[in-house]
Amino acid sequence: MADEVQTPESDDEGARRREFLYLATLGVGAVGAAAFAWPIIDSMNPAADVLALSSVEVDLGPIQVGQSITVKWRGRPVFIRRRTPDEIKAARVAELAELIDPQPDEERVQQPEWLILVGVCTHLGCIPLGQKSGEPRGDYGGWFCPCHGSHYDTSGRIRFGPAPKNLEVPGYTFLDDSTVRIG
Amino acid sequence: MATKTEFNNPVIRWVDERLPVFTYLDHEYNQFPMPKNLNYWWNFGALASVALVVMILTGIMLAMQYTAHVDLAFESVERIMRDVNYGWLLRYIHMNGASMFFIVVYIHLFRGLYYGSYKAPRELLWMLGVVIILLMMATAFMGYVLPWGQMSFWGATVITNLFSAIPIVGDWIVTWLWGGFSVDNPTLNRFYALHYLMPFVLFAVVGLHVVALHVNGSTNPTGVEVQSPRDTVSFHPYFTAKDSVGLVAFLFVFAAFVFFAPNFFGEPDNYIKANPLQTPPHIVPEWYFLPFYAILRAVPDNFIGAWMGFTLISAKLAGVIAMFGSIAVLFLLPWLDTSKVRSARFRPWYKWFFWLFLLDCLLLGYIGSQPAEGIFIWIGRGATAWYFAHFLVFFPLLGWFETPKPLPTSISEPVLKEDS
Amino acid sequence: MRMKVLVIAAAFLAGISTAHAAGEKIELPDVEWSWEGPFGTFDKAQLQRGLQVYTEVCATCHSLNLLAYRDLAALGYGEEEIKAYAANYEVEDGPDDAGEMFTRVAIPSDRFLPPFPNENAARASNNGAYPPDLSLMTKARKNGANYLYAMMIGYSDEIPEDVALMEGMNYQKYFAGHQIAMPQPLYGDDIEYADGTEATLEQEARDVTAFLAWAAEPELEDRKSMGIKVLLFLGVLFVMVIAVKKAVWRNVKH
Repeated sequence: MADEVQTPESDDEGARRREFLYLATLGVGAVGAAAFAWPIIDSMNPAADVLALSSVEVDLGPIQVGQSITVKWRGRPVFIRRRTPDEIKAARVAELAELIDPQPDEERVQQPEWLILVGVCTHLGCIPLGQKSGEPRGDYGGWFCPCHGSHYDTSGRIRFGPAPKNLEVPGYTFLDDSTVRIG
Repeated sequence: MATKTEFNNPVIRWVDERLPVFTYLDHEYNQFPMPKNLNYWWNFGALASVALVVMILTGIMLAMQYTAHVDLAFESVERIMRDVNYGWLLRYIHMNGASMFFIVVYIHLFRGLYYGSYKAPRELLWMLGVVIILLMMATAFMGYVLPWGQMSFWGATVITNLFSAIPIVGDWIVTWLWGGFSVDNPTLNRFYALHYLMPFVLFAVVGLHVVALHVNGSTNPTGVEVQSPRDTVSFHPYFTAKDSVGLVAFLFVFAAFVFFAPNFFGEPDNYIKANPLQTPPHIVPEWYFLPFYAILRAVPDNFIGAWMGFTLISAKLAGVIAMFGSIAVLFLLPWLDTSKVRSARFRPWYKWFFWLFLLDCLLLGYIGSQPAEGIFIWIGRGATAWYFAHFLVFFPLLGWFETPKPLPTSISEPVLKEDS
Repeated sequence: MRMKVLVIAAAFLAGISTAHAAGEKIELPDVEWSWEGPFGTFDKAQLQRGLQVYTEVCATCHSLNLLAYRDLAALGYGEEEIKAYAANYEVEDGPDDAGEMFTRVAIPSDRFLPPFPNENAARASNNGAYPPDLSLMTKARKNGANYLYAMMIGYSDEIPEDVALMEGMNYQKYFAGHQIAMPQPLYGDDIEYADGTEATLEQEARDVTAFLAWAAEPELEDRKSMGIKVLLFLGVLFVMVIAVKKAVWRNVKH
């Protein structure tokens, strides 16, 4: 092993430059590895065919006043209820101060008659009852979650029980009077 | 090995006193003494382990999207190609990664042959390497079936049918492998399960391969064992740096195929969904199996029967035995090679036989890709005969008849001589 | 020695490529396609024309099962145009609340509607021949794009004497065996291009080939542009690791 003969100065300078080279190479390599990590992570995100099904169009024509239907949207149930005038009134007279998650009914519907909700209890993800006639609708005439006893009103707001939030309102638009697109 | 490394970081020290993983890493990958004269052919072991990790990583991601069912497998692979985010990238990396893995491992193997890396005291290291190749072959074969294209299906049919050559229990074994009376849904499901399992077995054997390697350390181009610290440099930074050069070059070639010729190693027929009622006109295995495929087909009908005067075993069975024998003979190599000298550098005759053997393997590969007819049959038989003769005849004889060139006394000697 | 390795490797690759071309040698026409080469891209106007040829001619017999209508966004169509295209087809859905299957208008997330409900129906309508799915056709044949193009322009009324056509078969000079069950699909002027391009036979054949090449490899443009970046990156990194290696080994004689 023949050691190079160098003056101390140039050796210092050389060492500094080499140190920089090592760090720069390591840095560039790390950037490359991180860039390769992204496709791997992103492949687990919703794929194009899944995203394509992320909106559904629903024909509201056959639904009578007082009836509810459940449609599947993004793998979860969406409750669509055509509310009776009494139900609308009940939802609108409630004092905001009494609510666990205060929100006026007007903010939760686009047309007062049509209440559209994601039918997943905000507590731990069960599906509340109250869609079919004969199912318990809870103390406030809306929905009742059998898992831990959350009561929702006719606006889908949490009124009693462990759930912290109102039932989620999905994004939707009325394409015409009897067709709504959810998502 | 015995001394523990002192670490400054208290957390590392705390862990290391209880579980000496950091000491292990320091000994085996930081301070580990490496012959300083290793050339770039010694990169390929490290490259193979990178290829394995890439395969496992992309494979796990693909498994999350793949459906192992005869009605859905082909479509689910195309869904990966079309709808899954970067699915095409993962799939093409995995697909070409198999070829890259084999290229790297074959080069690694031929490097071992050239420099006599299989000789005492590294026989078990070599044999573990042969086990790795066998596991790779099984894994690659089953993986190729999963997209459920025409080549997948007919490849699976032909290869599983090989086992029917086994006397008496052959047919029973084939039915057992299939889980039915043809390659069908049960077959696909078990192949998927095993294709997922075997890379981890492979990983474990690679671990043993590395443990065995670190007992005696790497060989080197001179074939002379390390004698003093003057012959070695530490693994880090010397070989981390040198391996990185090879690694980036390897990734460059890998990426060139993935992005610009992703189907170069593939067969168009595998983009046609499996059809159990129609065999494609030319069935060819993947390129890395071609030499073995040629050996399988090389045994003539009634070869043994004509020779011995009665039919002892069928040509089919003889072909299967020859094919497995071509790998089995590698296990015996440490004892078939009678030469005292490791490296072909100092073996003037063996050097020629090495290159002839490499050519012979390439020729077998070419024959394997051709239809078994006419002149190809005879070339295939000749090449197969040469293959076995290389191991069973030339290796033992060369050791007796060859006069090796004088060996240097140490790894450092040639360098010091140049210096003066 | 290094030279020797290169020569052997080259001979091996040459061997593989000739092996691929084995069998009866049929020279396919060699068209210059826009998507060839490392920087190749698809021509969206051409893909749109090709879609028109597929829709109005090929789709009467050939399915395109792996494509969904939404995929047409890659051809430059907007959401409304895709909806309108899909609305030309009716798909079966259900069961409804009464347990009945019903038909509805196709929507962008639906797959391309196949012309026949199953293989047997397809064979029954085509003299026993099965028109293959076209989703992967350019990848499923050697030299796929040129092959597809040849399949459309290779018909001729002048049948060489050594070809004895079987009942219901057509002469096709590029097809293996020179007879094919598919009747000549394109003659020129089969359609009126929306963009006013003159619909010659070659034009139609090129356009639909381009469309099907895209259908087989919709990721091609992303793949190639990412590939350029990756190779550039690795090239830079390669120079850097060479420099690192030299710096690390500078004092070692070996």
